[in-house]
Amino acid sequence: MEIRVENLTVRLGGVPRVDRVSLALRPGQLVGLIGPNGAGKTTLFRALAGLREPDEGAVVYDGRPLSEIGRRAVAKRLAYLEQSSEAHWPLRADHVVALGRLPHRRFGRAALPGDAEAVDRALRAADAEAFRDRPMRALSGGERARVLLARAFAVEAEWLLADEPVAALDPSHQLGVMERLAETARGGMGVIVVLHDLTLASRFCDRLVLMAQGRVIGDGSPEEVLTDAAAATAYGVTLARAAVGEEALVAPWRRIGRHP
Amino acid sequence: MSEAPPYGALVGALMALVVAAFVASVTVGYAAVDVGGAVADIFAGRSSLGALVLTELRLPRAIMGTLVGFSLGLAGAAMQGLLRNPLADAGVIGVSGAAAFGAVMAFYSGVSATFALALPIGGILGAGLAVALLYALAGRGSATMTLILAGVAINSLAGALTALALNLSLNPYAAMEVMFWLMGSLADRSLSHVQLAAPLLVVGWLMILASGPALDALTLGEDTAASLGFDLGRVRLLLICGTALAVGASVAVTGAIGFVGLVIPHLLRPLVGGRPGRLLLVSGLGGAALVLGADIGVRLVGVRPELKLGVVTALIGAPFFLVLLWRLRREA
Repeated sequence: MEIRVENLTVRLGGVPRVDRVSLALRPGQLVGLIGPNGAGKTTLFRALAGLREPDEGAVVYDGRPLSEIGRRAVAKRLAYLEQSSEAHWPLRADHVVALGRLPHRRFGRAALPGDAEAVDRALRAADAEAFRDRPMRALSGGERARVLLARAFAVEAEWLLADEPVAALDPSHQLGVMERLAETARGGMGVIVVLHDLTLASRFCDRLVLMAQGRVIGDGSPEEVLTDAAAATAYGVTLARAAVGEEALVAPWRRIGRHP
Repeated sequence: MSEAPPYGALVGALMALVVAAFVASVTVGYAAVDVGGAVADIFAGRSSLGALVLTELRLPRAIMGTLVGFSLGLAGAAMQGLLRNPLADAGVIGVSGAAAFGAVMAFYSGVSATFALALPIGGILGAGLAVALLYALAGRGSATMTLILAGVAINSLAGALTALALNLSLNPYAAMEVMFWLMGSLADRSLSHVQLAAPLLVVGWLMILASGPALDALTLGEDTAASLGFDLGRVRLLLICGTALAVGASVAVTGAIGFVGLVIPHLLRPLVGGRPGRLLLVSGLGGAALVLGADIGVRLVGVRPELKLGVVTALIGAPFFLVLLWRLRREA
């Protein structure tokens, strides 16, 4: 399924947080959505998932405007991992992951035959099997984040939108999750992930979309997007670069003046 | 943390508890009645004092207790799930206060003296008005916080208007009667009360029970629930109208019976592993058992004037709640 964003504008309290954005998104690539706080990344995500109606423009799935596709049909095709979500009740981790199967159930609540396997696969993919039987409240922040990622994997949709899935993780699990997301994307799924870690973004993503103040100001391969000029404009930082074997390492290095 | 028991076994055990409480409720009373003989009389079509006591007093009381308890427990679990707040019950959306006010108005205006069902009908109208007001205030697409605040406002308004009606009452005995009615009771309810309330209750239950999967999804917040395919406007509408029907019709017939909707979901939540969808049916059954049990207690104590059911549920519920909080604090 291809997702097209056509001249999309979304206003919050009258202020355009996504401002005339157009994008074509195809599965099979890991797309990193980057940009400073307040750039409009989460608002764009919410519009892509149909959680927020566009004020202007449209989100189009395979040629059909999202507004014409039912909530349930969208839910089967696109999984959305909210930024810093939490479980409000003391559920067990695997019960949280099983919530990802809800879009596939008909009216009523009986589990489908393949559900248990899908939950197992999702727990493995997010490296959360070890604590599947434990209640969410007994888990650390990073463990909870992995369970929630597994919940999004469990939908087994064509697209996965993950808003900062590695923010709470230790380095080993950051690498693990990024590897898994890249693998998933190259396996044919569409994966878009919001990241603040430019090093991870440049290393693992096939394509980066850089937003600032609601506009897309860079779109292409990490080398094309993460230029010194773009880093200065968007984040107000310089970038340090190094080569590690055959791979390029990029890291934010110094602040330039006073960033808004 | 201890493992939650199998859901089927839990539901079965609670059903058995409700059946046992129902039987006990029919057996216990002020008059000594040979229940076996009375049941035989009813089936044989013989009229006897025992049969009369059973059909006119004991059965309506036990049936109403079951229905009301189920409604209060179910609605409490539904509101806690919708608002993702363990301190919620049907009171937070203003429905019970408005139903009480509607019934008081039927009292106060003298309509209740003209026909027996005026009181519950007034209560149901009050609950309906509360939901209409809630939706006008909070709107269909509104956030949960707006709903709670609107509910609090409606509850305060209904409470103030009820107090005003009592304040302006010229006849102190009428005011007293209203006060007693507000404390909640299952005494002297007839099968016609049951017939009036039951259809509304059942529709309300179905609306709430249908929202189980949506409540599960809401565990992870509103955006995630919507991304899992649930139309939150519709979910809120179902749950609020379902609660209004179930609790509005309950309060209209029995008066306010507090603490059931708050305590029962709390008590049973660990037994369903915290899952809000599964908590619904279980809380309904638990609520029925608690109300039946409290009503049996009212009659066993035998104090005159009879203890009001709302007083007893709060007397049992509040200390119990404190103990629960104490234990939670120690575990944390």
